[in-house]
Amino acid sequence: MNTMTEIPTVAEPQAPPAKSKGALDHVIYVLKDNPVTLLAFAMFAVLMAAAVLGPALVPYDPLATNASEALQPPSAAHWFGTDNLGRDVFSRAIVATRLDLLISVAAVALSFVIGSVLGAAAGYWGGWLDVALSRVLDTIMAFPLFVLAMGIVAAMGNTIENIVYATAIINVPFYARLVRAEVNIRREAGFALAAKLAGNTDVRVLAMHIFPNALPPMMVQVSLNLGWAILNAAGLSFIGLGVRPPTAEWGIMVAEGANFIVSGEWWLAIFPGLCLMFAVFTFNLLGDGLRDMVDPRRRT
Amino acid sequence: MNRRLRAVLARLAQALPVILGVVLVSFLLTRALPGDPAAYFAGDAADAASIEETRVKLGLDRSMPEQFGLYVLQLAQGDLGQSLTTGQPVVEELARRLPASLELTLVALLVSCGIAVPLGVLAATRPGSWVDHACRLLVTAGVSLPTFFTGVALIYVFYYLTGWAPSPLGRLDFIYLEPPSVTGFFLIDAALAGDAETWFAALRQLILPAATLALFTLAPIARMTRAAMLSALSSDYIRTARAAGLTSRKILFGYAFRNALLPVVTTLGMVFSFTLGANVLVEKVFAWPGIGSYAVEALVASDYAAVQGFVLCMALLFVALNLLIDLAYSMIDPRIGFDSK
Amino acid sequence: MLTIKDLAVSFRTRRGEVNAVRGVSFEVAEGETLGIVGESGSGKSVTSYALMRILDAGGRIKAGEAVYSGVDLKRASEREMQGLRGREISMIFQNPRAALNPIRKVGHQIEDVLRRHARADAQNARAKAIEAMEAVKIRDAEARYDAYPFELSGGMCQRIVCAIALACDPKLLIMDEPTTGLDITTQKAVMELVTELIRERSMSSILITHDLGLAAQYCDRIVVMKDGAIVEAGDPVRLFARPGHPYTRKLVDATPREGASIRELLPAEVRTPEPPRRISDEALLSVRDLVKTYAGKSGPVHAVKGVSFDVKAGQSVGLVGESGCGKSTTSSMVVRLLDPTSGQILFAGEDLAKRPSAGFARDPMRAKIQMVFQDATDSLNPRHTSRQTIAEPLRAMAGLRGRARAERIEELADLVGLPRPLLDRFPHQLSGGQKARVGIARAIAVNPDFLVLDEPTAALDVSIQAIVLNLLVDLRARLGMSYLFVSHDLHVVRLLCDHVVVMKGGEIVEQGPTEQVMTAPADPYTAELLEAAPKPPARDAA
Repeated sequence: MNTMTEIPTVAEPQAPPAKSKGALDHVIYVLKDNPVTLLAFAMFAVLMAAAVLGPALVPYDPLATNASEALQPPSAAHWFGTDNLGRDVFSRAIVATRLDLLISVAAVALSFVIGSVLGAAAGYWGGWLDVALSRVLDTIMAFPLFVLAMGIVAAMGNTIENIVYATAIINVPFYARLVRAEVNIRREAGFALAAKLAGNTDVRVLAMHIFPNALPPMMVQVSLNLGWAILNAAGLSFIGLGVRPPTAEWGIMVAEGANFIVSGEWWLAIFPGLCLMFAVFTFNLLGDGLRDMVDPRRRT
Repeated sequence: MNRRLRAVLARLAQALPVILGVVLVSFLLTRALPGDPAAYFAGDAADAASIEETRVKLGLDRSMPEQFGLYVLQLAQGDLGQSLTTGQPVVEELARRLPASLELTLVALLVSCGIAVPLGVLAATRPGSWVDHACRLLVTAGVSLPTFFTGVALIYVFYYLTGWAPSPLGRLDFIYLEPPSVTGFFLIDAALAGDAETWFAALRQLILPAATLALFTLAPIARMTRAAMLSALSSDYIRTARAAGLTSRKILFGYAFRNALLPVVTTLGMVFSFTLGANVLVEKVFAWPGIGSYAVEALVASDYAAVQGFVLCMALLFVALNLLIDLAYSMIDPRIGFDSK
Repeated sequence: MLTIKDLAVSFRTRRGEVNAVRGVSFEVAEGETLGIVGESGSGKSVTSYALMRILDAGGRIKAGEAVYSGVDLKRASEREMQGLRGREISMIFQNPRAALNPIRKVGHQIEDVLRRHARADAQNARAKAIEAMEAVKIRDAEARYDAYPFELSGGMCQRIVCAIALACDPKLLIMDEPTTGLDITTQKAVMELVTELIRERSMSSILITHDLGLAAQYCDRIVVMKDGAIVEAGDPVRLFARPGHPYTRKLVDATPREGASIRELLPAEVRTPEPPRRISDEALLSVRDLVKTYAGKSGPVHAVKGVSFDVKAGQSVGLVGESGCGKSTTSSMVVRLLDPTSGQILFAGEDLAKRPSAGFARDPMRAKIQMVFQDATDSLNPRHTSRQTIAEPLRAMAGLRGRARAERIEELADLVGLPRPLLDRFPHQLSGGQKARVGIARAIAVNPDFLVLDEPTAALDVSIQAIVLNLLVDLRARLGMSYLFVSHDLHVVRLLCDHVVVMKGGEIVEQGPTEQVMTAPADPYTAELLEAAPKPPARDAA
């Protein structure tokens, strides 16, 4: 074309060849690269299936009592045994998946949205907004979080919605602080300044350039928090808050089963507890997998 | 030194607005009760007259700022109201039960730090080894374990199956007498009284709940220690130290570990938060007569004054712990008192 | 004294084994200073870590020999190596502040080495450490003994690192980019100090650097490394005058030096005449009494204290100074990312200082003033492909979309010499030079009249720097832009700029036509800056 386009062809080190085509390829690549992530996704699929299809698949009505079959150990008919009212523990444990996941997903979604908006604004503009937000977050964090959730549910009323709100409130500081920090370090980053020079308004720079770059750590936080939210909700119902009997829920099932553990009827508490563990473990494993997936630097 | 003293004072001053915020939140929680707070505080069995009496007693007939002022005033006098179920002042009950909770929590934390920190260091110095893998497995599994479930499982194994542990009911088997109360910590009181038998009995009761709590706190501490050690070991000053011929021991403990301690100490705050929360669950599982099980009983009986007192007490305890952590931090890190920029 | 033969070092990584050093041989004689020169990734630092046996985890010496005074460094036990390090062979590093333990008093860090090698005991350690500090010309060593690294300047930290390295009188000193990250005058002070100490104690030394000029000035002999192998070795004067290997020739050419024009930085085969351009007499940009004051913890911080200069249409002005002199603050105000405290920024007759930077994104003037950022990696959104990056200004300011935008993007890619297939890559898939091109394409996308270049080549290897600088020269002539070139390096500024403004402590100490400032500096500070820059030997006419 002209002289100047020829200059660059002089022996410049070549960048690594770009192999990836699209997002799907990348997903496949990450899964192949990391069998643990694959396992996490498989476990997640099992959880989702149990949540969506569970009530339709289980062999017994989770609420149906049967005094003649009370406290049966696990058998072919009752895989996880029966409880003191003769209800099938397996059916109850599977059906509980939906409720437990719903509570935690709703709570985490709420805290994600609130925390992101507040944290991003505080991190980008700073000033009084930042000061006010930190004060509020400091106050929330000044409580042992589970204890605060107890207080909130106790005060606002013993319902499932209030469990969701309480769990959301105690999770907001994590998101808000994370986003605030991530936005803050990128506020003066070259690409943010460059985006401003390219004629973008502050809101657009924040929303389209800075915030998406804060997503990888957010995703990890979401995943870990989902696990934690489940633990939290189950813990609350274990001490008698939120979910009430006879609703099938893991925490309450462990609580009810705990009364029988000293007399040796272990299956009442152990199986729902294992389900709970499985769910939390899945989300914790998923955290690292998600980080790989959303981080474009790993797309090589 | 002067500079550091100023930083410490500034940190102490920072705690004031937080305490104010905590008091405000706990005040709002008592006023957020659905329906008529007076009815809740009066209890289920109250008639219209006693509800009205409660309303006036709590000052619920006045304006909000006035109510808040009254609340703060009562707090300042150590008045958290009366428990409905026992009729005792909430403050007294909490004070009586607090040592049980503290003993459990502190023992658990000591145990978990004692295991998690060396484990994290080992894992970081041998990345990819079996120690490292074991550490990672433990960390992921550990944070996935619901404390109340661990407790129940441990009771099944060690009490029902093997019979090694005593029955999971409280701090001391009924055949023993409580040691004369000095600190309220049975282990210390029994030791002071020179009563070895009671000491062992108290220890036996303590082992399972403390192990349950320790298992839960192990994971975050080990994870942080490992990460902090890894990042410390890969930093430039470690290379300088190696190039200067310092011994491996000096590099590991004198240089890397002391630097890694800083983020670990910071994480302790979060760990405390989790521990105090998990404490409630563990106390319920083991019928431990601490403030957690007190709160659970109060929740069941809709005894709100007791619940609010408990929440406030926990929060103040946590604020104090965080303060201690930050002060400890400023002892290790010379940069405290300087702007990081 | 030190003999390296066919040394090969490899690293285990997730993607298999990587050979960082493949068969390197050299010798260091007693009292000799050897320079190892190479660009990033050439394996020069790894070589030195290998012979100190302080390779990072996963790295190992695969083959070859390394013998120091009869000790086989490859086979010696770790215990023997620990005794050797710091006592016989020492090392100083780049980024001195990070090289020191942040939470240990510097005096104690020196004591650690002294006591390790039994040069001091508990009683006299303090005195010996202070002695070692005085040996590296630290004034008031007694007081500095109790300081932590964060309380000291970068140059002072490097002196402490030197004190640690030299405390036990080693026979061989390895310097790994000892001046990188330091200001140019500090660089000179550190190098002078170290060479003086080396001479006094008649030590041998190895200087590892990317800067051929620096190596030429201080070394007796130079080896040039590329991709883990030595391509050429020889004495510096010969290497500069008659480089044998094409790669050495390219490096020598690309090193900015007195008397060389910008085109002469490029290999002879691809040199084209510098395109002509027109400089108008009218000022396009007039900065008048620009002041920026920040509110600091301990009173106001005066970052820029009343700066005035002009940039004529078509002219390139260099803004030169060391870190903290206010040059970046000034350029941020000029591109309207930062609001000045007072003063005027007259651009094409309008005072832009009156328009707040917060709303400037929507100003019609936005498209006229653009900027190329210092760190190409940092200035590209890691989640955007090159195409998306270049599209940003076209979408927001030119309102282009669809085919028109796609065509303009490809046109721009051609203009800056970015191969079109690279448009769909993410920044981490591009080399440093390619990233710089993307950044330039974005800046010129909307045909600005005025371009601020904030150290656009500071993070690049010299050979890439030469290419990018020449690209900027071509674009300037072709698009008729004016440049404000911000840099710490007078020699680079000289290549590109017609006029130079020298700043120090927020003020302009000198400004004038480039040749005049460079040959007859009026201000002593300018003279100091010029004096401090390494002076490579002359190149024979190629």
